[in-house]
Amino acid sequence: MAAEEYDVAVVGGGLVGIATAWGLSREGLRVAVLDEGDRAVRASRGNFALVWVQSKGLGLAPYADWTIRSSNAWGGFSDLLKQETGLDVCFQRPGGFHLALSEKELEARAGILKRLHNQPGIVDYKTEILDHSQVAKMLPDIGPEVVGASYCPLDGHVNSLRLFRTLHTAINARGVDYLPSHRVENITREGGVFRLATSQGDVRAGRVALAAGNANMRLAPMVGLEAPMKPERGQIVVTERLRPFLNYPVVTLRQTDEGTVMIGDSKEESTDPTGLTLGVSATEAERAVRLFPLLANVNVVRTWSAIRVMTKDGFPIYDESETHPGAFVLCCHSGVTLAANHALTVAPMIARGALDTALVAPFSARRFHVQEAG
Amino acid sequence: MFKRLGELGATLTIKVDGRDIRARIGDTVAAAMLAAGIDRCRTTPVSGAPRAPYCLMGVCFDCLVTIDGVGSRQACLAPVREGMTVETQIGKREAGR
Repeated sequence: MAAEEYDVAVVGGGLVGIATAWGLSREGLRVAVLDEGDRAVRASRGNFALVWVQSKGLGLAPYADWTIRSSNAWGGFSDLLKQETGLDVCFQRPGGFHLALSEKELEARAGILKRLHNQPGIVDYKTEILDHSQVAKMLPDIGPEVVGASYCPLDGHVNSLRLFRTLHTAINARGVDYLPSHRVENITREGGVFRLATSQGDVRAGRVALAAGNANMRLAPMVGLEAPMKPERGQIVVTERLRPFLNYPVVTLRQTDEGTVMIGDSKEESTDPTGLTLGVSATEAERAVRLFPLLANVNVVRTWSAIRVMTKDGFPIYDESETHPGAFVLCCHSGVTLAANHALTVAPMIARGALDTALVAPFSARRFHVQEAG
Repeated sequence: MFKRLGELGATLTIKVDGRDIRARIGDTVAAAMLAAGIDRCRTTPVSGAPRAPYCLMGVCFDCLVTIDGVGSRQACLAPVREGMTVETQIGKREAGR
């Protein structure tokens, strides 16, 4: 490694890291992305690819605004990526459904939305509760057990593997140094310069942005920050490619631009990304067939499990260090949904050297101190 | 393209894309189609390229056809039955078929 000094070292080459690196590069900065190797536990390869708004923000109203901001910026973000790379990440925003298979489920859904909208300062994102016949007008293939749904016109989805590839293509074309197999072991700050120690040598940078998913928990304390995480496992079932039949994403099921149907919204307290359990896959498939009976004969071609990046309370963390000026941490579950914000809003803040508190103060990890004191 | 080795023996009839095909009892759908000179069983979902039965042992999934209304069946693993209806599969399968 040459003794070159970067303006910013981004730690983590997943969607959060490379979206941020792309945004920093657009600000004219010299950027390095330090990543683990191909075998890294990587949520960016396992996620469900929703750009999702509905029900975000219960318990922290500003999270709803933050999510809507990214959802609204997503179309322009994907256009910019297409101009730069020629690659289409297939972003679509037709609105999305959360389907209920019983009156009890629908009431629970309505209750969540009511509590969400009753919060002071919440922005109204126009989620409606629809009955079976209203849903059937938009999703004609639902089964008789579907009693209703919530529908939010701001919801959408994307091809997240292509997003991952497109962002890598874009940062590479912009001259960002992508450094694989550079697991960061230690970070120190000397004379205003950060030194990131890896088994392949040190990398030096004026600023550091930690975007390493659940590994931020290990890295953040090195620069006077904190990232309390609670990883969880999700399992996904994927069918063969089918002719388009589903024009809207459903929170547990969506048809990709390529025709496969992805099924899955399981949550388990596990950090083993290699484990798949038949019980979970079977439950997901059984519910999918009750939602859309025409899936009953369809072949499953893949299943996988992946570890969700999840903060302790589920909300994002954006912070800058008081003890190590120039060090930032970015943690969130929704690396796909919030990619437009990371690229177009957070990266410019890091480039300016300070987070815009009007936008991101609610997402400081300081919120955890109050709870621990209680 | 292919010739049968020896006598045809006892036969039955299946329909492939509306055409009656004589098959030997015990044939797989793939073998009966190939013996009848049908060397395209589907087109691919992505590029639309034609495909024929390839491995004939259930591994390659190139011989997918619609059998009695059910799509993406492996023709090399399904034995023929009298009156069976087989359709070549064009591009992506239709859900519910």
